[in-house]
Amino acid sequence: MITAGIDMGAKNIKVVLLEDGRKVRARAQELGGTDTRGATEKAFNAALFQAGLKMADVLHVTSTGAGRANAPYARDSVTEVGAAARGAVFVHPATRTVIDIGAEEGKTLRCDAAGKVIDFAVNEKCAAGAGSFMESMARALEVKLEQLGPLSMKSTNTIPMNAQCAVFAESEVVTLVHQKHSKEDIAKAVHDAIADRITSMVRKVGFENDVVLIGGVAKNPAFVETMKRNLQTEVKVLDEPEYVGALGAALVAADNEGVK
Amino acid sequence: MTEKTGKYPTEPLKCWDKAKKIREDYYKDYASAHEKGGLRWAGGAWTFDAIPAGLGDDVHPITSEPYGASCAFNKEFSLKCLEATEKAGYARDLCAYMRNYWGSILLNQFAFGGPFPKPDFLWQDHICCSHAKWYQVVSELEHGIPHFSIDVSVGPEDEIDQNKIDYIVGQMHDGIEFLEKSTGRKYDDNLLIKAVKNTCRSTSTWAKVCELNKTVPAPLDEKSMYSLYVLGTLQKSSQAVADFYEELLKEVQDRVKRGISATPNERCRVMSDTQPPWGFLSVFRYLEKFGTVSIGSLYTFGLIGAWEVAPDGEWVHRKTPMEKGVSINDRDKALRVLTEWELHKPEWQHFYSPHLKSEMMIRIAKQWKLNGVMLHYNRGCEGLSLGIAENRLALLKAGYPVMVFEGNMGDEREFDMVRTMSRIDSFMETLGMKKDFD
Repeated sequence: MITAGIDMGAKNIKVVLLEDGRKVRARAQELGGTDTRGATEKAFNAALFQAGLKMADVLHVTSTGAGRANAPYARDSVTEVGAAARGAVFVHPATRTVIDIGAEEGKTLRCDAAGKVIDFAVNEKCAAGAGSFMESMARALEVKLEQLGPLSMKSTNTIPMNAQCAVFAESEVVTLVHQKHSKEDIAKAVHDAIADRITSMVRKVGFENDVVLIGGVAKNPAFVETMKRNLQTEVKVLDEPEYVGALGAALVAADNEGVK
Repeated sequence: MTEKTGKYPTEPLKCWDKAKKIREDYYKDYASAHEKGGLRWAGGAWTFDAIPAGLGDDVHPITSEPYGASCAFNKEFSLKCLEATEKAGYARDLCAYMRNYWGSILLNQFAFGGPFPKPDFLWQDHICCSHAKWYQVVSELEHGIPHFSIDVSVGPEDEIDQNKIDYIVGQMHDGIEFLEKSTGRKYDDNLLIKAVKNTCRSTSTWAKVCELNKTVPAPLDEKSMYSLYVLGTLQKSSQAVADFYEELLKEVQDRVKRGISATPNERCRVMSDTQPPWGFLSVFRYLEKFGTVSIGSLYTFGLIGAWEVAPDGEWVHRKTPMEKGVSINDRDKALRVLTEWELHKPEWQHFYSPHLKSEMMIRIAKQWKLNGVMLHYNRGCEGLSLGIAENRLALLKAGYPVMVFEGNMGDEREFDMVRTMSRIDSFMETLGMKKDFD
């Protein structure tokens, strides 16, 4: 039996196809843009093509993410927090704390062995703690987003950066550039700032091991290292971290079809 | 009319229109007081409003917090008020009620139509730093209206002694001299005694109404309670409010007897905390989609309600001095009774320590049989939000799931409706609640 999860994120739309609630058959994603419906259809078709399946083979679709209410094909939905917990525990059963940094939001949750959420926290009206903050800082430093992490890891100095808001942080980066700080050091300052923000959220919820990191920002090695240093614990990056939410939704779809 | 669309029958409150009329008359009476030769005064909802009642039945108050909330409910008007206050140089992080109120004066626009009706005198007490300055600024903005404030910094209740009561009663005696001097009227102690009795009656009866919400299903939901408790914040010392609460009590007792529920499918019970974002009360209706009812809060119960702990540990309404056989025959006795009564107000205790608030909240959570708590990190009220993060930890430790959301009771620019609803979705999911309808 095939179920699907669609994660209608603020920036990207991710689709996961799951067989019998156990085996991932396909993953695909598209940039959401302004035509989110079209992008979802594209991502869904790509996943079907990858798995050699047809739409009619998919029994149940569950959506998640900021735009979950408008997801095509979906019969029901699950919150981002619920999907993240379910997906993370499936991928790594020892998961008890999930840190999820997507484009729009940073969130932290504690969950039990069944993937049930015990407590959670989400960043407030501020981009610091979310992927869009990183994008904005990469723009200010005139580097590609994927270069930001490796650049930061070459830094030898710690520069304090106080801003919590992407708009003000961008001007702070410009000031640091004028003060002749190296790009490497500024990149590190950016990572420290975002990690500090997320760390306080993690401490608010309280963390238990294993701590896992999901969402697009989990692919940034500098951020992962800073989180480890801040929390003084091992932080595991799950495989295909940006798809964990969609996977969680596909698992919920399987649950709703009675798959054990 | 009784309806049964779900598990429990529901029914609109019969006295709803009466509550609305009392509120409407209150603002009309204030605005038109001068036309009938009467007087107008302004002060906070916490003030000892029974005392100016001794000046005559034609002396009408306007309390500032419910007025600020009324402004906030009208988003367009509120924004004008807030911007007028900011233009005048006041900081954006001050009390949001205060900023709406000051803005209304600066614009010379009354939220209920016409120019802002200038009060003849100001009668206030100091429960928080905003209250201490609020009417000093009002007096300045209105070109020197006589202003009297009472300092009540003698709590919490378990530390109150005779000296502290004397300190407040002494200020009240001075205040009555101020009232006579400012208005040229002779003070009537019989009217004071009547108003003190009404205060005790209103606040004890409101607590009785809230006690009935221990019932499953709850006969009242918090959104409706906001429209009822507000009468106490307007004028708890008035005969109309005291009588209304007794009528309401009878109706709610009848609802409990007949199993009338506030929501058709109550499966989950939560409480909120502090003032809500007044322009966005739909948050509470949204909960109903999940079969969830907010049964009230320390705020709705304890701002106006008078409570005490019964020998069995239950939190129950405070017995009035009249019920205890205390006779109130003269001015001094009336002032002492009023002081002792008001200093037990639950929503005042936690200005002294967040731990006192946590204890009260946990008591409500247990006795009102709650599944979870929604805490409003209310950036518009420093006083009631102070220590709220400590309250969260205490509630979690006591075993109650807690959701927090950021907002502001009176400044809509600081509230994100979409994100708050999304957070409620997540919280409901963690409590195992699914939507009954979209």
